Amino acid sequence: MTSALLVDAALVLLVLGLALWITAARAAYGAAVGFVAYGLLLTIVWVRLAAVDVAMTEAALGSGLTGLLLLGAAARLAPYEAAEHQRRPGPWLRVLVGILCAAIAAGLAAVVLLLPDPAPSQALAVAAQLPATGLANPVTGVLMAYRAIDTLLESVVLVPALIGVWSLSTEMAWGGRPGFLTPWRSGSALPLLARVLPPFGILVGIHLVWAGADDPGGKFQGAAVLAAMWILVMVAGLREPPSVSDRLMRFLLIIGPLCFIGIGAAGIRLAGAFLAYPEAYAKPLILAIEVGLTISVTAVLGLLLAGPPAPEPQYQRRSRRRS
Amino acid sequence: MTAFLLGAAAFVLGTVALGLVRILRGPSNVDRMLAAQLLGTGGVAALLLLGVATGVGAVSEVGLLLALLAAFGSVAFVTGAGRSSDAAATDSAADTQGTARSDPE
Amino acid sequence: MSLALDLFTIVAVTLGAIFFLAGTVGLLRFPDTLTRLHALTKADNLGLGLVVLGLLPQTTAPLGWIGLIAVWLLALLSGATVGQLLAEAVRPPEWDQNRTPDALPNVPPNAPEASSHD
Repeated sequence: MTSALLVDAALVLLVLGLALWITAARAAYGAAVGFVAYGLLLTIVWVRLAAVDVAMTEAALGSGLTGLLLLGAAARLAPYEAAEHQRRPGPWLRVLVGILCAAIAAGLAAVVLLLPDPAPSQALAVAAQLPATGLANPVTGVLMAYRAIDTLLESVVLVPALIGVWSLSTEMAWGGRPGFLTPWRSGSALPLLARVLPPFGILVGIHLVWAGADDPGGKFQGAAVLAAMWILVMVAGLREPPSVSDRLMRFLLIIGPLCFIGIGAAGIRLAGAFLAYPEAYAKPLILAIEVGLTISVTAVLGLLLAGPPAPEPQYQRRSRRRS
Repeated sequence: MTAFLLGAAAFVLGTVALGLVRILRGPSNVDRMLAAQLLGTGGVAALLLLGVATGVGAVSEVGLLLALLAAFGSVAFVTGAGRSSDAAATDSAADTQGTARSDPE
Repeated sequence: MSLALDLFTIVAVTLGAIFFLAGTVGLLRFPDTLTRLHALTKADNLGLGLVVLGLLPQTTAPLGWIGLIAVWLLALLSGATVGQLLAEAVRPPEWDQNRTPDALPNVPPNAPEASSHD
């Protein structure tokens, strides 16, 4: 199988070379662009490692949302970059940090290489118990049934993250609309894309959530795609971001964790433990949790990128131009 | 057939590598943004070839996701660049183009 | 029959790979961001289309076909739009100064390009 080796060698060289370039890049903007390309390459690496669910998450987040986040941050930091460059640590400190990082990497490599040869794994136990949950995708089984408490905590922690982003707003602007996604004003290519792409994106997103039960996919990938479509519509100026005091939007943000906690608490009475599912209803309950979580994660991801509330004038200026 | 498809995937990855070397050296940030577009098509082609070669069915869904979201990096670039440049320049340009563009519509 | 299909796959994928190579050569050799953008969005999309065409006999019809063709159509859409967006970001400012409104019929459409080559 030398052709497979050729593909893997090409991938490894490409990924390492790009990583070195990103580390050595001088401007934050160039490094951010390189990082977006790096995420796209990692998708192929995950596919070669037969982790298709992770590859989907990398594709959905790395190309869409992470790119938007990092490039927006790099654009906002550009005026301060020269001053930051003056205050870089001296060469000796950098060499010391490099040696420490290399030592940690060597330690990790030693741990990985010295693992026992059939590495200890729970895969057989997972596969044996999977039919009881009604799912066929072992990744979804682990996320929603065996380690549901981890998924619950992850979905809950998104809300304080969003509140943290909102807390960056000024006192005057609180309660208004988020301001990082300034609406597009020149040219019609971006509004065209924002009109044609979202129907397909919404279809693909809902398909990923539904198909996650049996095939690679799941709520997180689907929610990332849906959030990316929403952000595209907001960036093109076709819709405004909801204001942070909108009650319906706040309810949608917490409906996922509420569903999860509610079904988990019901499990105490119906199946004997928190987040235990009664045997006959496992799959419908998991599906209900996934639908709620999709809505919440979509809302959170979209609003995380929309930023903290901004003062009103930029929307007044935009509405003046449109009339 | 499998060996041929894997070889084609390696070849496409090689062209992507050559393209990346050139793009990341490019003098302006717009040149570097071409990297995302290059990977959006080249990476998708390599993924599709790998998926059919190894027989894993869901790989074409990963390719679908990549193709769907490939434009977002450039969207982020263009909207970000407009924000960091001089706001007065973009306002005046939009004003002169706004009146001219309303006629052909 | 399957031999003919395999031959079709090999020919189409090889042509697609050649177009990818052509696009990369264009990237390496063209002098300007706009021309490099042109090489990237056009040649690579055609290469992807030929690769998709070559992979059609190897996947089960019709759902696999719809998936592959959908990938190619989405890549076309995003390539076209990205080309427009990035080109607008790099257009030289003198093009905007020489530009006249489209309502005037007697302005030659190619006048600005002749005067603003670096």
